Amino acid sequence: MSEKPKLALYWASSCGGCEIAVLGLHEKILNVAEAFDIVFWPCVMDFKYADVEAMDDDSIDVCLFNGAIRNDENARLAHLLRRKSKVMVAFGSCASGGSMPGLANFTDRDAMFDWIYHKSPTTDNPDGIVPMKHTDVPEGDLELPGFWHTVKTLAQVVPVDYFLPGCPPEASSIEMAVNAILTGQLPPPGSVIGPDVTVCDECPREKHEKKIKRFYRPYEIIPDPDTCLLEQGLFCAGIATRSGCGARCPQVGMGCRGCYGPNEGVVDHGAKILTGIASVLDAQTPEEVDAILDTLPDPAGYFYRFHLPDSLLRRRARANGEKIVAPASEAAGEPA
Amino acid sequence: MSEQEKRVGVYVCHCGHNIAGTVDVEHVAEWSQHLPNVVISRDNKFMCASTGQEQIEEDIKEFGLTHVVVASCSPHMHEKTFRNACARAGMNPYLFEMANIREHASWVHPNDRDGATNKAKALVSAAVHRVIHHEPLEPMQVKIRPETLVVGGGIAGIQAALEIADAGYHVYLVEREPSIGGHMAMFDKTFPTLDCSACILTPKMFDAGAHPNITLLTYSEVEKVDGYVGNFTVRVRKRARMVDEDLCTGCGSCWDKCPIKVVDDVFEAGMGYRKAIYRPFPQAVPKYPVIDVENCTYFKTGKCRMCEKVCPTEAIRFDMEDQYVDLEVGNVILATGYKLFDCRRIPNYGYGRLENVFSSLEFERLTNAAGPTEGKVVLRDGETVPESVAIIHCVGSRDKNYNEHCSAICCMSSLKFAHLVMEKTGAQVYNFYIDMRPISKGYEEFYHRILSEGTTFIRGKVSEITDAAHAPDEEGKLIVVAEDTLIGKQRRVPVDMVILAAGLEPRADSQAVGYMFGVGCGDTGFFTERHPKLDPVATATEGVFIAGACQGAKDIPDSVAQGAAAAARVLGTISRREVALEPVRASIDESRCSGCRICNNMCPYNAIDFIEAEGVSRVNPALCKGCGTCVAACPSQVITGAHFTFDQLMAEIDGILVDVTGEMPLVTEVI
Ligand SMILES: Cc1cc2nc3c(=O)[nH]c(=O)nc-3n(C[C@H](O)[C@H](O)[C@H](O)COP(=O)(O)OP(=O)(O)OC[C@H]3O[C@@H](n4cnc5c(N)ncnc54)[C@H](O)[C@@H]3O)c2cc1C
Ligand code: SF4
Ligand code: SF4
Ligand code: SF4
Ligand code: SF4
Ligand code: SF4
Repeated sequence: MSEKPKLALYWASSCGGCEIAVLGLHEKILNVAEAFDIVFWPCVMDFKYADVEAMDDDSIDVCLFNGAIRNDENARLAHLLRRKSKVMVAFGSCASGGSMPGLANFTDRDAMFDWIYHKSPTTDNPDGIVPMKHTDVPEGDLELPGFWHTVKTLAQVVPVDYFLPGCPPEASSIEMAVNAILTGQLPPPGSVIGPDVTVCDECPREKHEKKIKRFYRPYEIIPDPDTCLLEQGLFCAGIATRSGCGARCPQVGMGCRGCYGPNEGVVDHGAKILTGIASVLDAQTPEEVDAILDTLPDPAGYFYRFHLPDSLLRRRARANGEKIVAPASEAAGEPA
Repeated sequence: MSEQEKRVGVYVCHCGHNIAGTVDVEHVAEWSQHLPNVVISRDNKFMCASTGQEQIEEDIKEFGLTHVVVASCSPHMHEKTFRNACARAGMNPYLFEMANIREHASWVHPNDRDGATNKAKALVSAAVHRVIHHEPLEPMQVKIRPETLVVGGGIAGIQAALEIADAGYHVYLVEREPSIGGHMAMFDKTFPTLDCSACILTPKMFDAGAHPNITLLTYSEVEKVDGYVGNFTVRVRKRARMVDEDLCTGCGSCWDKCPIKVVDDVFEAGMGYRKAIYRPFPQAVPKYPVIDVENCTYFKTGKCRMCEKVCPTEAIRFDMEDQYVDLEVGNVILATGYKLFDCRRIPNYGYGRLENVFSSLEFERLTNAAGPTEGKVVLRDGETVPESVAIIHCVGSRDKNYNEHCSAICCMSSLKFAHLVMEKTGAQVYNFYIDMRPISKGYEEFYHRILSEGTTFIRGKVSEITDAAHAPDEEGKLIVVAEDTLIGKQRRVPVDMVILAAGLEPRADSQAVGYMFGVGCGDTGFFTERHPKLDPVATATEGVFIAGACQGAKDIPDSVAQGAAAAARVLGTISRREVALEPVRASIDESRCSGCRICNNMCPYNAIDFIEAEGVSRVNPALCKGCGTCVAACPSQVITGAHFTFDQLMAEIDGILVDVTGEMPLVTEVI
């Protein structure tokens, strides 16, 4: 038996970037491998769910769980790993706030399937086949994980001890978290591991009083290299986003997208970006406000890019006012 | 104190029948007993009466209450009353919270007893949930400088300045024009007594000019205001008069000889001329002229200097420059007055196009013995005496297209004009009015006097004034077209002269001036008072008061009354020597401020400074009014509004969402 703490890594509804980020630790990944006994990491090594089920409860010391919860399988693994792990870390923005998969909450399952399997111009589906939970084939019943109406964050499904935001988390953030875990110098459970100031704090660009007449897309202007991007009309969520990334995007002239999520104490990331942005519009009348906002395409997408599922909005209601009826299991955050 | 140790007392007021007539007050009180932390809950006929207040005081002592909620009327009415009651019992007054179940429940749902009762319960629940997060707060004491700034030297500003100066305190009276006096100086007679305007105004102007406690700064404007009640620093720009006030005796040689004539749009309302070096009117205070550099030949071409040649005391200074004067004052009174509605905005009344259509101020100059015609009422040609005159009321007032408000003075000035026209010309006068509003003391009597003098009153809004004749008797006349609503007929009245009783509007720069002093402008653009009934001369900014027509259209008596009232308020703060500032204000957690500067230009009171060296923003607590704008704006959420903290607001929301019918917390499950 090894004396090393046991580590599990799992990938739910996510792009895989978080996995790459762990590998992106480069030679330091070896330190992780040295410090921990990796007991489950399906992306990299061959494990079966049954292996995990066979483990004793609380036998895993730390689970780094990335990805949002959007189907029964995600939820099943979340519950399973929670049971088996002493410390559950929501790793990355999808697990923390819902992130990109969570933008699906601006629509619903039926509308999405309709587009993807029927209407999208690149769809070729003459038989109109749609994924279903159960499909009868001669060999028996094929089962797919049930696809949820609403994307949830990990913490909306199981209790989470720590959050490590980032899309994906920077190597420095991961290191900080791993070191904190190894040395036991952890903040109180429920905390986000990271600074409690926003990206602007780390951003070296010069900040002035801000008043803007319109927004520009990044390709439309070459920004001044030393001045705050937002002042130059480029959307930047750095004003409302937790720092920890080293302000990497604004430093290279690309406005912060907001991936580290809301600052400490903030409930609704999008609302804070919105109030910040609203405060810099140089407008006297509602018409002028509208004209400026017209230059910002997809504001809801910009503001809630990383935290729609755990915002106060959570999801969009159906346009026709019809209730979205989800199975009780989904409402309870459990696999069917 | 831990959450469990907090002990809340709840008092639900009947307000006679005002609340109890609709809300089941006893039930609300009984129900509130079960809210978290509530140890005593009572209902009471009148909480604001001494018995109600004493009940709170006794309970604080007897039950060891740590927090108090009163559910009654608007906090505007009685928050202070109940805070004081709590303070008398030794509790910090900010540990009190008020739920408004009158304006927000009983009065708005008079026919829905169950609904109003449930709403009252929700409001009490919100207050109880919130109040346990309240923290004790202490007001900040600041010293009051005894000097006062009065902006605007019309009758309101003069009155205010004299009151304060007579009480022994120094006043700086800043006036934009070369002389004080304002609109009143333009009039010949004033309603309803028809006494001579100059005779009653000039002594006051003279007193203000000569008063040892008044520093007059005419031809001047305030450029910048910093600070807060008791300690404002004000920068005034004194425009260069080009005349040395120490040498000039006001003899008038310069303007007699100046070759340049300019139409006087201000004092003469465009009816007369002045010179390039001028004094607006003979009784001007101060008596020194100014050179209008835009029209002076010397400033335009470098030649002339006639005034310099003729001035016996060598007072002309062509090289004079604007000066900046920095003042330190404790209080400010804004008395910037009004501007007349521009009658050109109603094209069908023909003003500016039909030459014998006059504005009311033009007529004031026409009828003024010191005016361009020496008081003769004649047509634009300068000689023809009109035989018939129409006076149109409500021009630009009481009309959604222009101003919704009633300008309050124009019924009376129109009656005054009717009298003056008849007296001076014997012409037939027609007053076209919508409603007659002579509402102050002696005004209705004046109306009857004018009625008896033979003026024809036609009730109806004028649709058009035209020179297109339809009949021989209309030839060469101005025809006033209106529906006479009393006889229900369209009428065409041919006259020689038309006077438009234009409305009173806020000054064109009222928004900017208001912003500089932290005073808002309502929908109409007039300065907003702190309370329309109970605090009409104070504003949202402590130490800044308003008086006269800048607060809303009004006549001279009301302007004088407000000038004196504002002065009394200022004298009140001066005699207290210090004031306590509300502790409800914002503060920034500088250790977490990112220096993004989003908040910097958000504050309507300019209370936020950016500290360049530290890269953080800071709130000046004496300037902050606790409006909360920056708190909402800060995207880092590192600004906290005392008494409106995040915890308090969230708790209040939690409280209001309690299910008031089943006593079960609402489950807001999302799929
Ligand atoms: C045609 C007409 C006839 C009237 N007749 C009568 C009447 O017979 N009886 C009666 O009771 N009322 C009458 N009124 C109403 C009367 O004019 C007002 O009630 C009165 O003038 C209001 O005084 P005030 O001091 O508030 O404003 P104002 O008289 O407008 O004085 C304001 C002063 O402030 C100055 N000022 C403005 N802005 C600034 C600034 N930013 N900085 C420095 N200085 C500034 C102006 O130059 C002006 O001197 C009449 C009004 C009109 C239009
Ligand atoms: S560029 Fe973005 S991160 Fe940098 S200061 Fe401006 S708003 Fe903040
Ligand atoms: S110098 Fe100017 S002000 Fe003096 S007399 Fe000539 S034009 Fe008039
Ligand atoms: S005072 Fe008389 S004339 Fe003036 S707006 Fe009011 S109603 Fe019309
Ligand atoms: S709360 Fe903020 S915005 Fe409002 S007055 Fe205070 S500092 Fe200014
Ligand atoms: S908005 Fe907030 S973070 Fe930005 S400068 Fe102001 S206090 Fe600091």
